[in-house]
Amino acid sequence: MKKLFLLAAVAFLTTASLAQSEKFMASMKANIAAIDTSFKNPQNLLDLANKFERIATAEKNQWLPYYYAALCQVNYTYMEKDKTKVDAIADKATELIDKADALNANNSEISCIKSMIASAHMMVDPMQRYMEYGTESQTHLETAMQQDPANPRPEYLKGQGLKYTPEQFGGGCATAKPVLQSSLAKYNAFKPASDIHPNWGKQRVEMLIGECK
Amino acid sequence: MRSVVTLIILLLGISAHAQVKVEGKITDGKGKPVKGVSITLRDTYDGATTDSLGHFSFATTEKGKKVLETSIIGFKPFEQEINLESTPIILNIAMKELVTELKAVVISAGSFVASDKNKGAVLSALDIVTTPSANGDVTSAFKSLPGTQQVGESEGLFVRGGSATESKIYMDGNLVNNFFYSSTPGIATRGRFNPFLFKGTIFSSGGYSALYGQALSSALILESKDLPERTQADLGVSVIGIGGGIQQLAKNKKSSWGVSYNYANLWLGFAINKQKQDFFQIPVYHQGDANFRIKTKNGGFIKYYGYMSSNKTGFRSPDIDSSLLKNAFAIENFNTYQNINWRENFGTGWKITTGISYSTNKDDINNELQDANNQKQTITNPSFYAFKNFKLNNKAQYAQARVVLDKKLNGLNVIRFGADYFYSKERSTYTLYNGTQFTETVKDNLVSVFAEGDIFITNSLAAKVGTRVEHSEIVNKWNIAPRLSIAYKFKDDSQASFAYGLFYQNPERKYLPAVASLDYSRAAHYILQYQKLTNSRTFRVEAFYKKYTDLYKTTASPTGREVAGNNNGFGHATGLEFFFRDKKTFKNVDYWISYSYLDTKRDFLNYPKAITPSFAASHTAALVVKKFVTKWKTGFNLSYNFATGRPYYYFTYDNLQNKYVIGDAGKTINYNSMSFSVNYLPNLGKKDPKVFAVWVLGINNVLGQNQVFNYNYNNDGSRKEAVTPPSKRFIFIGCFLSFGIDRTQDAINNNL
Repeated sequence: MKKLFLLAAVAFLTTASLAQSEKFMASMKANIAAIDTSFKNPQNLLDLANKFERIATAEKNQWLPYYYAALCQVNYTYMEKDKTKVDAIADKATELIDKADALNANNSEISCIKSMIASAHMMVDPMQRYMEYGTESQTHLETAMQQDPANPRPEYLKGQGLKYTPEQFGGGCATAKPVLQSSLAKYNAFKPASDIHPNWGKQRVEMLIGECK
Repeated sequence: MRSVVTLIILLLGISAHAQVKVEGKITDGKGKPVKGVSITLRDTYDGATTDSLGHFSFATTEKGKKVLETSIIGFKPFEQEINLESTPIILNIAMKELVTELKAVVISAGSFVASDKNKGAVLSALDIVTTPSANGDVTSAFKSLPGTQQVGESEGLFVRGGSATESKIYMDGNLVNNFFYSSTPGIATRGRFNPFLFKGTIFSSGGYSALYGQALSSALILESKDLPERTQADLGVSVIGIGGGIQQLAKNKKSSWGVSYNYANLWLGFAINKQKQDFFQIPVYHQGDANFRIKTKNGGFIKYYGYMSSNKTGFRSPDIDSSLLKNAFAIENFNTYQNINWRENFGTGWKITTGISYSTNKDDINNELQDANNQKQTITNPSFYAFKNFKLNNKAQYAQARVVLDKKLNGLNVIRFGADYFYSKERSTYTLYNGTQFTETVKDNLVSVFAEGDIFITNSLAAKVGTRVEHSEIVNKWNIAPRLSIAYKFKDDSQASFAYGLFYQNPERKYLPAVASLDYSRAAHYILQYQKLTNSRTFRVEAFYKKYTDLYKTTASPTGREVAGNNNGFGHATGLEFFFRDKKTFKNVDYWISYSYLDTKRDFLNYPKAITPSFAASHTAALVVKKFVTKWKTGFNLSYNFATGRPYYYFTYDNLQNKYVIGDAGKTINYNSMSFSVNYLPNLGKKDPKVFAVWVLGINNVLGQNQVFNYNYNNDGSRKEAVTPPSKRFIFIGCFLSFGIDRTQDAINNNL
């Protein structure tokens, strides 16, 4: 009787935790799939950021929901037309990515987000802020490349930045294209660690290369 | 066994149970819907985000007592316990808006902020260097802002009817004495410090904070840079000299040090730009400085800056009393300045800022009457000629210690208090033509304590309330100076501010020791401002009234020197000022316009009655335009300064009335000056250039317009001579190189 009870309890607990992890995977997958379409409407992007944050706080020790929450927030800053609001949103993204960083230190994907956040701060007033945030953004990208040379995203971000920098300042297609092509090669070889690990940006790289013909 | 099965069924049953709907609306304190609020059922995945009407709705399978949280940037997080049963839950939540730096009104009456970070900054740090009329001088850029006069015959800032001595300059909280190179007759000198030392500047044309004192008109508050972005070396060559320096940033980016040395010799500059005066000693300057900066664990800083300079100059100009004679003036100056300060956060909202500074200054002036062959002449009849031969040796030491404590309360509310001790010892020896010497030493111990509070009632209403109490040994009295600023933000983000304050000041050193016991001179400021600031445009209008009481009147000392005699002087200044800056209307063009109207009269020093002082023009205007042409890697900057004529006077002593009377008076012609500069950056956009070069060409008074600053009178007032600039134009050519860092962005900034 005692044995049976124990068995039942173990079986129950296993099912419960399996159910929990299935729920986690399912929610993450659904939300990740929604990121691409959310770019059409900033409100949806914010909604997704909040969803990821809820998963993150409920789970407590998963870095990926924090990572995606930060990714959505930083993308939201790029869509925010009122520049005066950007700094606060970017600070929120920093708060989230720092939590991801605490759970999973030295991660190339996390460094990419940090670079994107610095760029968001810079875009508020590029001329005045380049020295500080431009340098910071670059430093994070360099760190990301060192942390995982196979990760295509640091080069994607670098190439994208170069493409939108005027030629007179050392940017433009000519300098951006080789970087983007190298990124694409890495995308072609890239295999995410799981269905919910970062695996975004390839289409955008193809599009940017397309624009540089 | 059965009970376990029941338990399992029961547990599984819960998750299969019907969902409960939670919905509601979130508003701010005023009933306006808030969109984008995140609603979370604590420790679950369930929640929602509010739409543009503040509505949210979600379904949950959770049961029982749960905590619902709502959060959004700029509001205080809210939580409420809800009991989830079968009935839908409807919530109406009012969230409380936080007072945040981003949304809050800026207390701005009377002050212009030049910074890259501060909210409410009107100029960037680099604007100071790229305003062509400023010639890279820290204070001169502020002459393109309203409230300041276009005074060209002497240095300093003449603000809202105040003399230059009524404006004080502070570096990291400490007063900087001898900020400018020592005065020379009729030629304005420059500020000693390199504008690149500073990351932020606050120029207050009135109503400034209780943290500062001893300035009746204006405070210029300079904040030195923290750590440099990278290690770099600089080299500069120009028509006025050469200079170089290195700035080393530690690998861990926690500390840095730097040294620089500049040698200026105006030989080449004067060869290109013919001077009116006959220089027998071409101005030569040696100047060196050193610094270190250490970032502490809690994000505080320890910063040291040390400076040393020695310079000399000498020139002859025709003597005003006799066409056969010349006046030869020579000065040698040696100056040191050391400033170390420490700021630290102690957690629980406490912050300390403390600093010590020490400076010395030595001036040796020799003035001679010379004949056509430049030989010294001593003429004792008439006697006034004899006094044209003199020597003046000044030696001064200054020390200051200061501590300010900040306590951050909830929101943006801060209380600040501290104390300041300032010691000065100034010794001057005056040697007459016959060798008679007069030596006088003036010492002062000035103690100040102050307290100030920033009170944010809401995001749209804030006040700064402060008081400063001072005691100076010279005056030997206490003074109490209250200060108040209030700011209110309107719905369209424009704002209105009001400022009031009392300001006290000691007599100027050159009128001491006084012949009677004195009180402080005093000014009361009333300022009203309206401002609209967006990313690309700034508009502000300011009206002010300033009342002067107890100004110093001078009298003759037993040795015949002009010294402070009493506090019977008085005056007023009223004015209206506009400022408009626009980076948007014309593509890649940034311009600003300022205009000031001033009505002022005062009776002070040896003035016979209340008159408009010779340093005050009624109308002053400035236009600055900057455009960068990326294709040519070149920036073009233009500035135009205008002022109506200023009054000038000849005072003569009436022995019958036993006082000064106006012997002659007039008004100078209007002042017009257009300056132009071009910056060429050949390495711009090169990938990782080893050297980054900036070529600069600057021309002051391009159009060669006639400028008259004032008139000098001969001994009996029968003849007057215009005080004009030493040269009609000044052409500056220079090349500045940086090694080890791409300064492209500096250069871009320079031009926007």
